[in-house]
Amino acid sequence: MSDKITFTIDGVEVKAAKGQTILQAADEAGIYIPRLCNMSGLIPYGSCRVCTVIVNGRPQSACTQPAAEGMIVENETEELLTHRKNIVDMLFVEGNHYCMSCEKSGNCELQALAYRFGIAAPKYPYMFPNRSVDATHPDIFIDRNRCILCARCVRASRDLDGKGVFEFVGRGPNKSIAVNANARLKDTNLDITDKAVDVCPVGAIIKKRVGFAVPIGQRKYDTKPIGSEIEAQNK
Amino acid sequence: MSTDKSKRIVIEPVTRVEGHGKVSILLDENNKVKQARLHIVEFRGFERFIQGRPFWEVPVLVQRLCGICPVSHHLAAAKAMDIIVGGENLTPTAEKVRRLMHYGQTLQSHALHFFHLCSPDLLFGFDADPAVRNVIGIAAKFPELAVQGVMMRKFGQEIIKATAGKKIHGTGAIPGGINKNISIEERDDFLKDIDQMMEWSRGSVKIAKDYTIENIDMLAPFGSFDSSHMSLIRADGAMDLYHGGLRVIDFEGNKILDHVDYQNYTDYIAEEVKSWSYMKFPFLKSLGTDKGWYRVGPLARLNTCDFIDTPEAEAARKEFMAVTNGKPNNISMAYHWARMIELLHSVEKIKELLNDPDLQGTDLVVKGDRREEAVGLIEAPRGTLFHHYKVNEDDQVTMANLIVSTTHNNVPMNTAVTKVAEEYISGVPEITEGLLNRVEVAIRAYDPCLSCATHAMGKMPLVITLYDHAGNEIDKKSKQ
Repeated sequence: MSDKITFTIDGVEVKAAKGQTILQAADEAGIYIPRLCNMSGLIPYGSCRVCTVIVNGRPQSACTQPAAEGMIVENETEELLTHRKNIVDMLFVEGNHYCMSCEKSGNCELQALAYRFGIAAPKYPYMFPNRSVDATHPDIFIDRNRCILCARCVRASRDLDGKGVFEFVGRGPNKSIAVNANARLKDTNLDITDKAVDVCPVGAIIKKRVGFAVPIGQRKYDTKPIGSEIEAQNK
Repeated sequence: MSTDKSKRIVIEPVTRVEGHGKVSILLDENNKVKQARLHIVEFRGFERFIQGRPFWEVPVLVQRLCGICPVSHHLAAAKAMDIIVGGENLTPTAEKVRRLMHYGQTLQSHALHFFHLCSPDLLFGFDADPAVRNVIGIAAKFPELAVQGVMMRKFGQEIIKATAGKKIHGTGAIPGGINKNISIEERDDFLKDIDQMMEWSRGSVKIAKDYTIENIDMLAPFGSFDSSHMSLIRADGAMDLYHGGLRVIDFEGNKILDHVDYQNYTDYIAEEVKSWSYMKFPFLKSLGTDKGWYRVGPLARLNTCDFIDTPEAEAARKEFMAVTNGKPNNISMAYHWARMIELLHSVEKIKELLNDPDLQGTDLVVKGDRREEAVGLIEAPRGTLFHHYKVNEDDQVTMANLIVSTTHNNVPMNTAVTKVAEEYISGVPEITEGLLNRVEVAIRAYDPCLSCATHAMGKMPLVITLYDHAGNEIDKKSKQ
């Protein structure tokens, strides 16, 4: 008996190792399932729901759902595209995302998804929340205006750095990323070399004084859309 | 009370940096002008909302003040942030690429203003049919000129794209330097067209010169007045649009300030606030609010400099100064000629820089001792631009003060409006199209950012309303 599982995504046969999620198997097969909170190397979290696919008729997050024999997965459908666009739209209006002056622009996964989905402007009203920044750390800057609550930093700090610098506090619209100190990032043991500093998909955790060092045209998503690196394996 | 019989004429909107202004003209019982004011009624708030932001973000953020010459704000902020990171002694590559960016911008901005916004007034006359007196009319009657204007602007915009990454709101200047140099391919693309730009620039100077000299009797008094003039000046007295010390001369050319280190500008310049305008009124402290105002921009720069360091623009400057026998030129409408001399200078400078191998250098950024306060100045197309910042030890901006070119020209524009109103409105109770346009022409000579923002088709959406003393509207004319 083969230890490989066979299932289909949009009618294409995909093989998966036992224990692999739909998203992991899709990546290996060169099929891009959009995602934000998921990141290779981090424990799947399933919070952003951008990777939602239809599995045997029911919506599931591809980053947490293990692949199973004979699954019929729908990925690139009009319905799912609309669903994903709505999520990205809501993430934009829920925070304060000013791409035009954000140093993450061109390297930002949220922005890149919006471009991939053809979102020119949000359709929902801006909420303009009152969010704080934390500039106290000598090397690292937190701008909560841009945080999308993906928990990558929470997971990376806890699971990869063994530190647990970040955690969420609050609920609903008041939920925000917090640090394991009284108030300030500089009172934590976060270090510039920590993995947690590198995983933010947006410009919420940035290394200080890097700014706009990479010119326009040479940034990650300037020439190729997000996901194309996965799709390239399929060529 | 005498005011019972006064009348107020309001021109609204006149527009500003990105927004609206209005002109109000108060007439006495004999319909003589008592007072004329350009009110700026828009508030931007940039100085407040960049507080708390990291300093390296500022050059990219503040340039959003404007879509016509964002490079000015980008570079003025970057110059201040150079000092914050201790990197104000830029590498040759960094300084030259920034200068290239700046001259490209001056070229495109001056070309836009002259060809798109002002040439209809100059070529068709102030009283021409407004349906014709616009850039479309220029394209119909002077198609070659219209094409030249568009192509020169395009050339400047492409220079900005090559140096800043985008034609509008790029990221090229970073604290202590730049993020990219100019490749051989980019350079060669520009060199291919530079001689054409030179030829068109010479032609532009000729148009402005001929127009000014042919109409000097009408233009000399039009919205004109004696004033001081301010600009940056190179150490040897040459015009320098990117860097230098502050020089201020009076209307006769006597130096009031010379080679002043602008880091100490607050020792010399203060700003007055008036209740009727959101735009402040800068003035020289030594002369006070009444006499301390001055003009900035192309006319001021031609007046303050001892010479221009490119040969063709220098020859043009000498012709310009000969009109006033070498004394400062105080004619408002001479701004146009001065602006075209700077356009020629910018093209000459671009050519000089393109042939400089330092543009291909790879040493892009320098840093040194961190500082907490800095001032960045640049000669923007419209005049001297001040950016003043304080940055805390956490790298956050705690204070910002921006004095933009149009603000320096606040009193001068008000004075020009008053002069035109006195000449053309006094004794005339009804507002005519000619009056409407003459007010615009006077304001437009100063190329305030406001005219550009809403004026792309050669029209300001002016509305003039005539009120009686009780505030009742008695006449209204609009030019949409």
